[in-house]
Amino acid sequence: MLLLCLPTNISLETYLHIVYKTIESYHMAQQTSAGQRYLQTFISGFFVAVPVTVTILDKLAYVARVEGASMQPFLNPDVGAQSDVVLLNRWSVRNNQVQRGDIVSVVSPRNPKQKIIKRVIGLEGDFIRTLSYKNRYVRVPNGHLWIEGDHRGHSLDSNCFGPVSLGLLHGRASHIIWPPNRWQRIKPSLPPNREPLDAEEDDE
Amino acid sequence: MFRHMLGKTLGLLGYTIQYGCIAHCAFEYIGEFVVCSGPSMEPTIVNHDVVFSERMSRHLFKIEKGDIVIAKSPFDPQMNICKRVIGLEGDKICTSSPSDLFKTHTYVPMGHVWLEGDNLRNSTDSRNYGPIPYALIRGRVCWKLWPLHSFGTLSESPTKRIIKTQTDSDSD
Repeated sequence: MLLLCLPTNISLETYLHIVYKTIESYHMAQQTSAGQRYLQTFISGFFVAVPVTVTILDKLAYVARVEGASMQPFLNPDVGAQSDVVLLNRWSVRNNQVQRGDIVSVVSPRNPKQKIIKRVIGLEGDFIRTLSYKNRYVRVPNGHLWIEGDHRGHSLDSNCFGPVSLGLLHGRASHIIWPPNRWQRIKPSLPPNREPLDAEEDDE
Repeated sequence: MFRHMLGKTLGLLGYTIQYGCIAHCAFEYIGEFVVCSGPSMEPTIVNHDVVFSERMSRHLFKIEKGDIVIAKSPFDPQMNICKRVIGLEGDKICTSSPSDLFKTHTYVPMGHVWLEGDNLRNSTDSRNYGPIPYALIRGRVCWKLWPLHSFGTLSESPTKRIIKTQTDSDSD
């Protein structure tokens, strides 16, 4: 195919050079199309995988490692051992529905880059007795929650910064998934003597 | 025949999920269109205006004093409010009204912002409920889209409530 008429005013050396370059570019064109196909597949896969993953993490479920001792003895009971890893259910809090006793993760009101995991003690409208807040008794305002860590005194919670807005709610911890010997479903349970005052009906 | 229909349905479902996820990412991380209602931001934004609020500034923590933001209402998380940022964390805010004799000031706590509407007489904002946590902010309003005669970027605050800190730029 390259048996062209050889123009007489071009040397053999130049002709061979041109032939070589043509073959090389044809060969490279073949390689580029395989490379291009790979790139196209990668880009299309990327554009599917990244939005789906991000949507799942935003809307469905999130996995987080618990740091610190503020929820001892329920989470991270051994100081030296590995931190617990919990599964945060983001779908169940999409309408801001939580119960008293749930363990939830909220965006810290003091530091918007950080999330904190605490237990819900009071819902909006509850009248509760605080542990170390500036007021002894607090009515949780509308659209707010009262959260406390299980480890009293070692916890940065509503006793420090007051009720937190429901808009800061991030997810509800539903399962402990690591370490394997601590695999369990987390059930809502209020610590003793942390019930809201107006819910008590018995008089003794 | 049935398998063909099933295949088509699954394909359609796959596409719906994929485009739904892309739409979620666009609205969550790029921006969204907002229809504003209420008189609290007049004259900058009036009732029934449509604005575009971008999300990137909020995720990158680049909201500044003087920005108009959309935020979740602290007392009703299903409702959104549109106000201007008057102070960021650590800023000094004048809490007394102009007619008071003694001026009182407060400082915005860590991780919070102070919001006020442009229509000071007809706005419930941080003067009523205090500073709100930064994480309640959803996005920064950057463009007004409707009505067309006021299309474009939004103007500066008409109230003189923003206390600009003096940067040290004295020449020697």
